[in-house]
Amino acid sequence: MSTEARKPPAQIALKIRRVLGGKAGWNGVAVQLAFAAVLGWIGYEIVSNARANLENQHIAAGFGFLRNNAGFDVNQTLISYTGSDTFLRVFVVGLLNTLVVSVVGIFFATVIGFVVALCRLSPNWLLSRVGEIYVEVIRNLPVLFQILFWYLAVLAALPNPRQSISLLGIAFVSNRGLVIPQPIGQAGLDPFLAVLLFGIVASLALRTYARRALFQRGQVIRIWPYVLGLLFGLPLVTMLLFGLPFTFELPQLKGFNFAGGSRIIPEFVALTLALSTYTAAFIAEIVRAGILSVHKGQMEAGASLGLSRGTTLRLIVVPQAMRVIVPPLTNQYLNLTKNSSLAVAIGYPDLVSVWAGTSLSQTGQAIEIIAMTMGVYLLISLITSAIMSVYGWRVSRSLGA
Amino acid sequence: MSDITSSGYVRQDLLAERPAPVKTTGFVGLVRTRLLNSPTNILITIVSALLLWFTVVPSVKFLFVDAVWTGTDRTACLTENGACWPYIQAKLPQLIYGFYPEAERWRVDLVLILSVVLLLPLLIPRLPAKGINASLFFFAFPVVAFFLLHGGGITGFGLSWTAGLLQLFDDSIIGAGQALLSLSKTSAIAPLLWVLGNLVVLVGTAIYWLIFPLTWLRDQLEGTGQSVWTDFAITTIVVSLIAFMMGGGVRTGWRPLAWSIATFAAIAAVIKLMGLDHGGLPVVQTRLWGGLLVTLVVSVAGIVTSLPIGIALALGRRSTIPLIRIFSIAFIEFWRGVPLITVLFFATYMLPLFLPGNFTVDGLVRALIGIALFTGAYQAENVRGGLAAIPRGQGEAAAALGLSWWKTTSLIVLPQALRHVIPNLVNSFISLFKDTSLVSIVALFDLLGSLRASFADPKWSAPSILFTGFAFVGIIYFLFCFGMSRYSLFVENRLNAHRRN
Repeated sequence: MSTEARKPPAQIALKIRRVLGGKAGWNGVAVQLAFAAVLGWIGYEIVSNARANLENQHIAAGFGFLRNNAGFDVNQTLISYTGSDTFLRVFVVGLLNTLVVSVVGIFFATVIGFVVALCRLSPNWLLSRVGEIYVEVIRNLPVLFQILFWYLAVLAALPNPRQSISLLGIAFVSNRGLVIPQPIGQAGLDPFLAVLLFGIVASLALRTYARRALFQRGQVIRIWPYVLGLLFGLPLVTMLLFGLPFTFELPQLKGFNFAGGSRIIPEFVALTLALSTYTAAFIAEIVRAGILSVHKGQMEAGASLGLSRGTTLRLIVVPQAMRVIVPPLTNQYLNLTKNSSLAVAIGYPDLVSVWAGTSLSQTGQAIEIIAMTMGVYLLISLITSAIMSVYGWRVSRSLGA
Repeated sequence: MSDITSSGYVRQDLLAERPAPVKTTGFVGLVRTRLLNSPTNILITIVSALLLWFTVVPSVKFLFVDAVWTGTDRTACLTENGACWPYIQAKLPQLIYGFYPEAERWRVDLVLILSVVLLLPLLIPRLPAKGINASLFFFAFPVVAFFLLHGGGITGFGLSWTAGLLQLFDDSIIGAGQALLSLSKTSAIAPLLWVLGNLVVLVGTAIYWLIFPLTWLRDQLEGTGQSVWTDFAITTIVVSLIAFMMGGGVRTGWRPLAWSIATFAAIAAVIKLMGLDHGGLPVVQTRLWGGLLVTLVVSVAGIVTSLPIGIALALGRRSTIPLIRIFSIAFIEFWRGVPLITVLFFATYMLPLFLPGNFTVDGLVRALIGIALFTGAYQAENVRGGLAAIPRGQGEAAAALGLSWWKTTSLIVLPQALRHVIPNLVNSFISLFKDTSLVSIVALFDLLGSLRASFADPKWSAPSILFTGFAFVGIIYFLFCFGMSRYSLFVENRLNAHRRN
């Protein structure tokens, strides 16, 4: 006669206690109640004070002001905007300006950062010292200092438009900003874009197919000639058939300024320069640490399997380094986006500048406007960290398998 | 001997000397192996040498060779194409002190000297008495520095302050209760609100009578002329007695008693020395502060206030009590998710709305509150990293010895964790030091703000002052940040000494 293993007692009371009060039990519940009371008291004080203060200043709380006319101009807009548009549109204009400076800055920061990292890792002593000097100097100066330096000292020292520096006769640099040729769409634009899109999708599909063939059947398919053909050859053929997709309107000096072309305001140039060089110094350190974190034995193991040096780097070293590099790299991208708010110091019309600056001083709606501004940045960083935790989960899963 | 020389397989004459192997050490070796060992490398060396040549030579030429060294106004700097050092000379007081009155600048110098005297022994690991030194730097120094820099005196001490705070708290509770009562006249759930309001008012009244002896004593003291010293004596006696009792009474309490009395004697000496009991030094408004002074004040105050916030948040985030953990996570993630400039805007425009109308906060203090909250969230993540690095066994061993949670945390876990994160704390201090430049956007004149203000002076308007000013301020920032980063590397190496191979 065998005895059945007895079930443990239910211990419902214990479980409830654990859920409500943590390890501290009922003491924890008491602490929470006291904490909630204090929080409630602070919240009450804040709300009642804010209400009284707003009444004194005759400011109506709420988001009704978003529909009012803004009545001021913004000197860089991605969507059409005039002074008679609403405050809501000002908000969108500022948000788009923040996003565009962040994206451009991230692109350049990544490029410069990787180049500097390679310099620092170079076996050439002099080159690695040059990289080190760059990183140390840039990292130890405040980013606002660098923004002001580029804006007030370097860009202001450039000549006026009449004596502007010509870059191959296409683009012109002066103290009024950078003037570049403007693309103007032609008849061949639509088929060109369609073919380009098709090329990209087809290349991605081809890559997936080749990888599946490699992993399932061990069959190596060389796809790069096809990809090249899809991405460059096909659009070229379309261009020959339908004509040029777009032509460039070259800027020309007329009087004291340029006519034609599109002008990039100096604030944008200074901000992008400062943010990308500053963040690049941090990215360079991250990339260097990532590459150094891959053990030397991995390279040797690849060589002993008979892989070429390039293949070893591409298939063995870089994937392992990327696992270390990507999380802090996204952090730096986030930092760059947050630092772009320093635009307010030089008057680039980003979110903080036109929204928490001009709009705030025009309407006086401090609580709503600052809450919206903080909310936007908070949303961006929360989305990024959500993506990063998915990435981290996938990496740890692939390591476990 | 002779038969060896004549035998056929012994070499008759010496081999020719082979050339010495290529030198791979020293300067020549470095040049050979790391600069000129292949055609590509030679090309890279030439390119980087050109790069250095075209950046270093013009800078040196601008800063030293072509520079103007003497002059009284812009005319001296208009002719040369180099740095304009007389401009820096003229603006140096503004860059360091801002508009701090000239007659009072010794106070700033004294604070700087005090901070160096206290900080240096703290940074050198070999020197003893770290505990006293740290408590002097983190608790005594900020208070002394405040009274030195800002000036002004005190009208009361511990007793009046406690009474004042408790009264403020009590007034707020009674106010909330009365607000509930007035709300209950119109609301649908009137009886409930009425009961709740009465209950709150009742609690408030009870607290009022509980603290009545304290407030009565304070009012009595304010009547007499010597309120500060009487108050001081009462506070000393009460606090020392508490320390004596908590320390174990007649058995082991003598040591805490002695410490407490010594501390109060030191405080009394400071009060007497600075004349705080009758007005203290003349008040210098913070809007007159500026330059390096503001940069240092903001960064030191930021680090001193953010560390306790960070430790509390880190412990809260690791706590198992649900509400406290959720609050800590939300608080940390919120402040880490927004840029500092929006935090400063929040502190400048939104915070005054949240405070009672009759309560104005100084502009510098508002920025400090914002920076403390912002940096506190970052410090919390640093400290949390240190806490996670302590093995569970430490806490379990402490629990097995019967130590409470407070004792486990403050005596076993935190000291080890904080030692682990010193390099990270120094690194966040560096970024805080750099971020203080942002206060110039909310109308405070720190080092960068003063520089920007000095550009506007028509007396010195010359093309070369922009680069000169940026070079000078840049060198100051660089020296501070670079020095601190080297120090953090040094500490890191020291902490990891056992892991080095």
